[in-house]
Amino acid sequence: MGSAVTHAPALDGRADPEPRHGPATSPRPAGPKQRRRRENLAGYLFMSPWIAGFLLLTAGPMVASLYFAFTDYNLFDAPRWIGLDNFAEMFGDPRWRHSVRITLWYVVVGTPIKLIAALGVALLLAQKRRGQAFYRAAFYAPSLIGASVSVAIVWKAIFSDDAVVDRTQQLFGIGAGGWTGDPELIIYSLVALTVWQFGAPMVIFLAGLKQVPRELYEAADVDGAGKLRQFWNITLPMISPVLFFNVLLETIHSFQIFSSAYIVGGGAGGNACGPADGTMVYTCYLYVQGFENSRMGLASAMAWMLLVAVALVTAVLFWSQKRWVHYEEGGR
Amino acid sequence: MSAQATDVTPVTDAPPPRSARAAVLRRRLPGSLAWHLGSLAILAVILYPVLWVIGGSFKESGDIVGSLDLFPGDPITDNYTSLADGIADISISTFFVNSLFLAVGSVIGIVVSCSLTAYAFAKIRFAGRNLLFTLMIGTLLLPYHVLLIPQYVLFRNLDMINTYTPLLLGKYLATEAFFVFLMVQFMRNLPRELDEAARLDGCGHFRIYWSIVLPLCRPALITSAIFTFINSWNDFMGPLIYLNEPGKYTISLGLKMFVDQEGLANYGGMIAMSLVALLPVLAFFLAFQRYLIDGMATSGLKG
Repeated sequence: MGSAVTHAPALDGRADPEPRHGPATSPRPAGPKQRRRRENLAGYLFMSPWIAGFLLLTAGPMVASLYFAFTDYNLFDAPRWIGLDNFAEMFGDPRWRHSVRITLWYVVVGTPIKLIAALGVALLLAQKRRGQAFYRAAFYAPSLIGASVSVAIVWKAIFSDDAVVDRTQQLFGIGAGGWTGDPELIIYSLVALTVWQFGAPMVIFLAGLKQVPRELYEAADVDGAGKLRQFWNITLPMISPVLFFNVLLETIHSFQIFSSAYIVGGGAGGNACGPADGTMVYTCYLYVQGFENSRMGLASAMAWMLLVAVALVTAVLFWSQKRWVHYEEGGR
Repeated sequence: MSAQATDVTPVTDAPPPRSARAAVLRRRLPGSLAWHLGSLAILAVILYPVLWVIGGSFKESGDIVGSLDLFPGDPITDNYTSLADGIADISISTFFVNSLFLAVGSVIGIVVSCSLTAYAFAKIRFAGRNLLFTLMIGTLLLPYHVLLIPQYVLFRNLDMINTYTPLLLGKYLATEAFFVFLMVQFMRNLPRELDEAARLDGCGHFRIYWSIVLPLCRPALITSAIFTFINSWNDFMGPLIYLNEPGKYTISLGLKMFVDQEGLANYGGMIAMSLVALLPVLAFFLAFQRYLIDGMATSGLKG
């Protein structure tokens, strides 16, 4: 913002506390060209914090990160260009492949369950009944606290040996032992944690369901269509934009899970992510390589692989939306 | 009501309206019952961990994990009194104050910078607006981890490690695209006539922003402020990377330090502190849940 202030004439379009300077400078009578210039200046002045942030904290770092990805960089010595070595090391690293596998597992299992739960409960709450607002608020609450360290600690306790979950499965005779001690099962405690936070997509589904015109259902009732057909042929198409939004956001978020994996998996030392790397999700491994092993170049390469993966998923979803997402006329 | 209910039995089709309503009521009763039972069952699952941590914080350390009773027979407050000693000579209130400082600082930054940016997108026609808007939406989908390492290197070169600047600067530079987006949506829905009239009266953009748009945007600003507060309070990765002196730790880091240093020795204290750390967020939720839910709902609608 500081440099922009030197363009003194621009200020009368923006910050001047008394805009009625003289009759000639009021916006309307000015020539169209002059007016356009003033709008441009005002626009960029208002945008200047964002532009500075974008250049300094987003675009610049992205370029730097891309460069680091091809270097050996430990923070103390200057980055040394090593070409594709980081990528070669990454693909050859069984621990990296393991982190990719459990992250994909987490995304592919957790996201659909969470979204189905969100949609199911939203359909339930869409019925106008007493207490609806209370339930909506209560179901939403976990989304606000789910990412906190506190909840991760609670989660670790609930899913540990001899705790509630373990006792419950013993009751039904399905194996013994908590999930957090088992390298195979611990990731499912994180799946449970993300499903527990179904409230945020649920609220968005609910808002979408409210927009579906009642007449459509009334007409379907007259035609004798059952509830299931109404859901497939009316509800789903009508809320498909909201469904798309939720799928996109939840998938992208799931790829980036960090703190709950770090805390639920973290042993006393804090280094390990779960027994036998059971919660070593992608970002945990990125953190370990970058900040514990000081492999900034390698970690940058990992970050770019994550970006490519997320971009691919986003692209596929946007490409697929032509086939299943119905936008209303006049909407976007 | 009961008098009407008696003569409802013979009615089948095209009855007088009152008894029809009673019939409908009767037909719907099982559905209503199922609805409430279903909702209560979900509520029980949702609330269980919260009740668990409340109950656990009043139990003896050894009884917390293994016991299936939600609440202890004879509750103790030792877990809370043990917190008074703090962790590693640092009082719990220090972590609270640090977290509060960061959260309030973030809220101010987000409200100011994002509303300015959103105003430009929503109300000013300038060259390149659509391109910048696309870039902004792009950053919404960008994984934060791509920026993690280069930002760390940047702040390290600027000698800002172990300060709060790396955690706050982005908030003052509108890098949280979600809130910009939320406010743009809100501002676009304001009646155009208001600012057009103000323009005709010769108001500049800053005047319109300050005296017309901002006051009308209060709901969006409050939603952004509350979300920012909660996100900042819960943030773990940022403080984990940038803060390395326990005296500057936030509550999240303090809690993690508790887990690492005393988690086994004072399990009850750890559970009590987990609950204490959640309280501000829960209080915010209880006070402002309407803003939060409406804010969430509108963000998804026009995506």
